[in-house]
Amino acid sequence: MASYQTRFGSLEHYEKGGVEAINDDPRHYAFSNVYEVASKSGPYEKVAVARNLKYVLEAIRAEGTSAWYAASHDEAAIIMDGEVEIRLVKLDTPVAEAHEGTKTLEGTPQGRPMGHIVARRGHMALLPKGAAYQFHAAKPGVILLQTVQGDLTVERWKDICQK
Amino acid sequence: MAEAKQAAEAVNQFGYRPFALGGFNFERDEYFSHISWPGGSHTMSVETFLRALIRDLAWNFFYGMVNFDHVFGTTNHYGNVDVFAGLYNAGYRSQNKHYVENFKSEDALAVFRALMDDWTNEGFDPFAAPADTGSAFGPKRGENRQAINRKRLTAKRMVGMKDDIPMRSDATGNKVHRQFLDVDQSQPEVHAEPGFEDEVHAFNFFGYVSRSDVTWNPSVCAAVKDSLICATTEEFVLPVIHGNDRVEWFVQLSDQIQWEVGDRDTGVARARVTMKPGDVAAMPADIRHQGFSPKRSILLVWENNDPTLPELYASKKLKPNPVDF
Repeated sequence: MASYQTRFGSLEHYEKGGVEAINDDPRHYAFSNVYEVASKSGPYEKVAVARNLKYVLEAIRAEGTSAWYAASHDEAAIIMDGEVEIRLVKLDTPVAEAHEGTKTLEGTPQGRPMGHIVARRGHMALLPKGAAYQFHAAKPGVILLQTVQGDLTVERWKDICQK
Repeated sequence: MAEAKQAAEAVNQFGYRPFALGGFNFERDEYFSHISWPGGSHTMSVETFLRALIRDLAWNFFYGMVNFDHVFGTTNHYGNVDVFAGLYNAGYRSQNKHYVENFKSEDALAVFRALMDDWTNEGFDPFAAPADTGSAFGPKRGENRQAINRKRLTAKRMVGMKDDIPMRSDATGNKVHRQFLDVDQSQPEVHAEPGFEDEVHAFNFFGYVSRSDVTWNPSVCAAVKDSLICATTEEFVLPVIHGNDRVEWFVQLSDQIQWEVGDRDTGVARARVTMKPGDVAAMPADIRHQGFSPKRSILLVWENNDPTLPELYASKKLKPNPVDF
């Protein structure tokens, strides 16, 4: 019986594929790699690697302790590498519905502690609407965040995508 | 809109019923699906035909255009559907040999589901990888309703939450696939304060997907408004050539897939995209694509479910590529 090795990527080891253009412009595919993007990002910089109108997937380098964040809608975090602790607080004053995307909160959020999650590669965590959250990673890791494009979203397609 | 009518119940010498949908007629023998329409006919491997059809039916017709091969397929208009032959084939079009009829989706679904039920033999699972299933071929023998009537999985917020899509485990009958036995199955540590048990939530996403027994069939695992994270396990060849009616994005989570990309309307080759773990690529709104996965792999398909998008792209109010740089 054959044995199989499932290959994942990491900050320390990733190989990129690419676009072999036949009759097209490779830029139409906005081809990038989340590990490469995170390897060149500052801690908790939210770099869009996919955008579909107002929605984005952001590659985030998890390193050290982040600011506190919140959104008026759910967000989902997939841990692509490393171990990340996620601390959650139910906000006394949630982010206004009209504001979309992630918002940085000043200082320590006011509200009831909800708990915390320790997630590793392959785990997905809910960052629920109405909650503040903070990431902590003792060693560098990578988060892929499903959210709405917001004030903190960084777009640098020219730098991250195959041309 | 054409009337959908069903053919008589008579079975042929191989035990299979014929079916009719408007001007289209469908018959099968031991190896092939034979499709005819006013002015033309086409033959496909019945295995290829059934593998394509089940993926279209699983979504009540999939997003956009589903080419079963270079001739036959469907285009979803969300409530009604085009069934076509040669419509997106340059040769057929140049000689005006193409044929298309539009049906109410429910009418076409009823005919195709009855066909799927009759033509799928015991032991053949059209969702499974070829190495994991029995044969589609031969004279009629039994049925496999359990395989073809799987419920489509659509998380409202996230898999594993209360009142949402349940987690998978050995106990639920979802074994880890034999090509994913090395995928870590440990769950995240979730420490919820009293009263917040239903809101503090995380799960092993890769582990969940490693327990899927279907291929090339995305299921929604997390939703943020119209933004849908869909996961799917891919092995062998995508049984359809999918034509987009909006931009979709792929994130390769494990292993490797090659994508052959062509012009949506003509099929003329545009690019070949190789995706390895961590790679992200857009599939523009004006392409068709088919994937090849030598080893079972995990793919994140990211969709925007906004129902206004097909019209916005078709009318060119939106550009087919998602970002400019």
